[in-house]
Amino acid sequence: MPSLPDIMTPDAEGLAAKAAHGGAHAPAPDADQDAFFEFLLRMGDNALILGHRNSEWCGHGPVLEEDIAMSNMALDLIGQTALWLGLAGEVEGKGRSADDLAYLRDAWDFRNVLLVERPNGDFGATLMRQFLFDAFHFHQLQALTKSADARVAEIAGKALKEVSYHLERSAEQVIALGDGTEESHARMQAALDDQWGYALEMFAGDATDAKMADAGIAPDLADLRGPWDATVQAVLAEATLAIPENSYVHKGGKQGTHTEHLGYILAEMQFLQRAYPGAEW
Amino acid sequence: MYAQLVKSEGKSKAELTPEDHAFQARIDAGEKIEPKEWMPEGYRKTLIRQIGQHAHSEIVGQLPEGNWITRAPTLERKQILLAKVQDEAGHGLYLYCAAETLGVSRDELLEKLHSGDMKYSSIFNYPTLTWADMGAVGWLVDGAAIMNQVPLQRTSYGPYSRAMIRICKEESFHQRQGYAIMMKMANGTPEQKQMAQDALNRLWYPSLMMFGPSDKDSVHSVQSMAWKIKMNTNDELRQKFVDQTVPQAEYLGLTVPDPNLKWNEEKGGYDFSEPDWDEFFNVIKGNGPCNKERLGARVKAWDDGAWYREAMVAHAKKKAARRTVAAE
Repeated sequence: MPSLPDIMTPDAEGLAAKAAHGGAHAPAPDADQDAFFEFLLRMGDNALILGHRNSEWCGHGPVLEEDIAMSNMALDLIGQTALWLGLAGEVEGKGRSADDLAYLRDAWDFRNVLLVERPNGDFGATLMRQFLFDAFHFHQLQALTKSADARVAEIAGKALKEVSYHLERSAEQVIALGDGTEESHARMQAALDDQWGYALEMFAGDATDAKMADAGIAPDLADLRGPWDATVQAVLAEATLAIPENSYVHKGGKQGTHTEHLGYILAEMQFLQRAYPGAEW
Repeated sequence: MYAQLVKSEGKSKAELTPEDHAFQARIDAGEKIEPKEWMPEGYRKTLIRQIGQHAHSEIVGQLPEGNWITRAPTLERKQILLAKVQDEAGHGLYLYCAAETLGVSRDELLEKLHSGDMKYSSIFNYPTLTWADMGAVGWLVDGAAIMNQVPLQRTSYGPYSRAMIRICKEESFHQRQGYAIMMKMANGTPEQKQMAQDALNRLWYPSLMMFGPSDKDSVHSVQSMAWKIKMNTNDELRQKFVDQTVPQAEYLGLTVPDPNLKWNEEKGGYDFSEPDWDEFFNVIKGNGPCNKERLGARVKAWDDGAWYREAMVAHAKKKAARRTVAAE
């Protein structure tokens, strides 16, 4: 069992030191720092909120091995959050730490996609959401390892190792549950129908995405759509699940307009920091 | 530790067979008993009860701490707590596997947990009310568990002993993490210090109860000790726990909630008050503050997951069938 969170490894310090001296690929001087900050919040908030949702399963999974695996994914995602939000704070330059950003922003300042904040539903729905996100996250991180910003590339490289495993697992599970019984098939199809329009928000680009692509910091979202479609289509076909025809996109999360659910997540997550300002834990 | 009031199934002296005597001689010589070797039925049954209860305690024990994962106050604390609760699930897994080597399946044991035929440690029927409880559970509950589990690394049953060796490594790490939280709280703001003291007040006696009632006159205990399934009496372990924990509380600047607590030079240990054993038996009977929630959460997880488990089995069968067809 992994007992030590990644945040405690020397890796984080190494990253910070490199960042301070500027890597071989220092950030492009013309990169819009506000947009860069926004982009990093999107990376960190997706990981934080999905990690939070996954952690809700801890102790309540359908079988012990899956309970452990789900917690493990949550743990990886919270670890990635610390790195992305840590860098976000640095880029912002106002002295905010990863914890400040996680615990002291209100919902409208969160930049995660709506998909990850929606309630878990049953274990199958949680796995479907995980798969749709993993397939995006995997291709996104793969591209980010070639980022013009060395700090981004390093975090992406580290996260990619974990996310490759997440994708392998969630894909296997979606296939098994789609194929399993009539009931599991129906549940997984319903989960897919329900989540599809939210998953598509991941590809809904805006000015921030365009600036990041122009600066070579992040890939063009349109370039990720092809690989995502290929992964998703292959897995869903094997799972005997049909891709929904309705292609309406539920958006807003990336710009800070969330569902009602995020407020409750934050009320719970931020309770101690809000109730006892300035205390150290 | 998480085994309390485990009934031991020994025979009277007159009933002992030559196999029983030879078996006892192996244990006395310090040999390990392995799964496929002959063992008295009583030894097998007692071990199943004890290892099963221990395994159940690990998975039910995920719940009181799981209660604070989504409210952990920093990203680092969240990671540490998640990893810890995940470790407990892992301990459950090792122990169910150890029990399986005795011929009982994990599903059978879980059924008995869900029906109430098997118990888990009384401590997990107490609530975790503040963040300081995440410190106090690690410090006191894991601390008490370690007292019992360290000697159990030498238990006579091979798979149990090996599971304990792995578990102990992680438990002592958890205890240090718990104490680290207590240090932060005890040296923090006045509210944090108050939370720390409150956690100690609430969890002190339930932690002492974890060792079970005094068993100096118990026949079951004598048999289990002869079989090296139980290594020390409940009272010995409780004393050791108090002696170790009181100076730690003092170091934190916290007060152990026992007016009778006093160092006894003569015995080289503390004199202390017994916990309220009426409360203990009530908690065991199901009247603790969280019995219904804890068991209810386990049963719900199992019932809600039935379709998932069925689907995984169905998929595995279909896959195997397809492979057979492909091979033909």
